[in-house]
Amino acid sequence: MEVKPPIPQVPAPVWGDIKDLQEWEKYHQERQDGDKTSETLASIADAIHHMPGGWIVVTTTEKIFNWARSSSIWPVTFGLACCAIEMMATFASRFDVERFGMVPWASPRHSDLMIVSGTVTIKMAPMLKRIYDQMPDPKWVVSMGSCANSGGPFRHGYHVVKGVDRVVPVDVYVPGCPPTPDSLMYGLLKLQEQVAEFQKVGRRSTPAQEG
Amino acid sequence: MNPTDAVSLIREKFGVEPVMDGPTVTVALPVNQWKEAAAWAKTTLGCRYFNWLSAVDWKAEGLEVVCRIENLESGLVIFFRTRLGAGATHCPSLVPVYRGADWMERECYDMFGVVFDDHPDLRRILLPQEWEGHPLRKDYAIDTPHAPYR
Repeated sequence: MEVKPPIPQVPAPVWGDIKDLQEWEKYHQERQDGDKTSETLASIADAIHHMPGGWIVVTTTEKIFNWARSSSIWPVTFGLACCAIEMMATFASRFDVERFGMVPWASPRHSDLMIVSGTVTIKMAPMLKRIYDQMPDPKWVVSMGSCANSGGPFRHGYHVVKGVDRVVPVDVYVPGCPPTPDSLMYGLLKLQEQVAEFQKVGRRSTPAQEG
Repeated sequence: MNPTDAVSLIREKFGVEPVMDGPTVTVALPVNQWKEAAAWAKTTLGCRYFNWLSAVDWKAEGLEVVCRIENLESGLVIFFRTRLGAGATHCPSLVPVYRGADWMERECYDMFGVVFDDHPDLRRILLPQEWEGHPLRKDYAIDTPHAPYR
């Protein structure tokens, strides 16, 4: 029998060795959390508000900004598991979220919303965080399905993050395993309601109470 | 090579009693005959197809490594199984015999912590390199914390 010589050693790839990633981590450690609004814009708006009659201008522009934001939420196409199939169905012609101004966009740098659709594993969580950090502020997150909400059926597995809210802040939780396109669409409409309040409160608002 | 011939050949070569079930022959071997038996099965029995390799954790009795090799021409299937003994983790590698055993043994090391001696590139394959512990062992607690996400 032919005994083959040992395969030459391949050095293990280590994430920390990549210079680009190190710089990226450093930048994000220095960066402040929760900078959802522009300080300059807020101070200008404040100055106008305190001019005589300026509040009319400010409230009107606030309304316009809110309307513009809430009716053009672009979700980044980020499918992790079987929930992504339902997400695709929601984006497709039968349910068609494009009539709400939601264009699924294949780049986090142009997106306002991340729909976390599926199980987040511990190995995937840093990449998810990275995509979230690449999105421009203000940004929102919809946690779709049991796995993203709490870990779901894999909660006691060794490799699953128990809810995506341990990695990124979540605005709307959509239950279901997987949620139907109707459920996701309801969640997205709830998110639109939140986004419509954004300029008033200047930060992530609590969801509207039912009834 | 039909299973009955294979059973008699294995019996006179290794002195163990194989279990035959249809085309499947299961052979329990001591660890020191592991690599020799695989090489012998590849040449003599024509089992050139390495299907899979995995392990079983028998708690106090220690780990057991199982592999399945096949002769695709005659349909003969051979299971080799070996008990490593209580607390033992070392097993000879099959990579010099079957190149396809490379990733299987890496996965087995990843999940069960079986250290395959003479493996060319024994590191984790599925879990992150900095992972602690081997999750498919019975003594791995289900909610073992893994910083920073749980």
